[in-house]
Amino acid sequence: MKNTLHRREVVSHLLKDRGDLLVVAGLGSTAWDVTAAGDSPLNFPLWGAMGNAAMIGLGLALAQPKRRVLVLTGDGEMLMGLGSLATIGAQRPRNLAVVVIDNERYGETGMQRTHTAAGVDLAKVAKGCGIKTANLVRTRGQLAGLRAAIHRSPGPIYSQVKVVAEKLPLVLPPRDGSLLKARFRKALLGDEADLA
Amino acid sequence: MKKSPPAWPEAIYRILKDAGVRQVGYVPDAGHKRLIELCLADRAMRAVVLTTEAEGIGLAAGAWLGGERSALLMQSSGVGNCINQLATMRECRFPLLMLVTMRGQDGEFNPWQVPMGQATPAVLAAMGVVVKEAGAPEGIPAAVDAAARLAFGSYQAVAVLIAQAVIGIKSFQEQAAQ
Repeated sequence: MKNTLHRREVVSHLLKDRGDLLVVAGLGSTAWDVTAAGDSPLNFPLWGAMGNAAMIGLGLALAQPKRRVLVLTGDGEMLMGLGSLATIGAQRPRNLAVVVIDNERYGETGMQRTHTAAGVDLAKVAKGCGIKTANLVRTRGQLAGLRAAIHRSPGPIYSQVKVVAEKLPLVLPPRDGSLLKARFRKALLGDEADLA
Repeated sequence: MKKSPPAWPEAIYRILKDAGVRQVGYVPDAGHKRLIELCLADRAMRAVVLTTEAEGIGLAAGAWLGGERSALLMQSSGVGNCINQLATMRECRFPLLMLVTMRGQDGEFNPWQVPMGQATPAVLAAMGVVVKEAGAPEGIPAAVDAAARLAFGSYQAVAVLIAQAVIGIKSFQEQAAQ
């Protein structure tokens, strides 16, 4: 089946009127997508840590049980940290959603095909890991439901969104890790965050 | 005669409590058995079993972003699994408190443990982690307390290496009986 959704449209739809949603973005294209939708101190875009976006989301979700946490990452990044789906399945955080923007390619390194291009079904992996709300999204009509679920449905939630493999203009977030951390904590925890 | 259990796991647990640690990631090791049990039994702590130690670095980063302190328990073989993820802790100046029970040191019975065990302090140091070696049980509480203060007070990645001699497992049979 041919993929028809475009990643930037998907991500800007999911982040529309995001309110106080906390967002962790996996390195590469999803970090650029999240930034293209609007840079925010409550984004934590990764420039490294490949394979660990979902775990950073888990630590954040456990620390902030009253806030919703969204991890947006790519298929290659998720494949490197498949074990984290098992860890999330075991912990069952009610406020965590992991959305994989799946272009079936390693986008930053020459668009090589990933395992999902060969038929590996990460939504089934997530389901097998005990993440009951796990689905595959292929059409624009499913996006409103996914956006609502990210904000309201009991987690953990996993969604695999199939998108067109396309090279897009880079929209870069700040890359100083210390700055990204400090601005996130200040926006979330207030000026007192680093005085304790 | 049954040996009385060592006191240092309880001492570490109290230090973690006093430091305000709320999340504890772990890949089990026989040397951490008691401490893991104490953390799992504590309703104010979230003990998170990991599939690989590298996940625990992400957990610690996320916890800190959300305003919580964490600790990460592992065996020395797990240090090797963490290397690239440690880069994030350094680049972002996230605090990290690693408690590592050592294998591949004095009296090791499994030769496959030796290369990683022997390389552990150098690997951690190469990634910018402050290494504190605790060679005797009586030195462990002070080492963990100082490590926690350095980690959370000065935003450093710190590892306390608990020597194999402290844990004292000398055979597969003993390990299996734990």
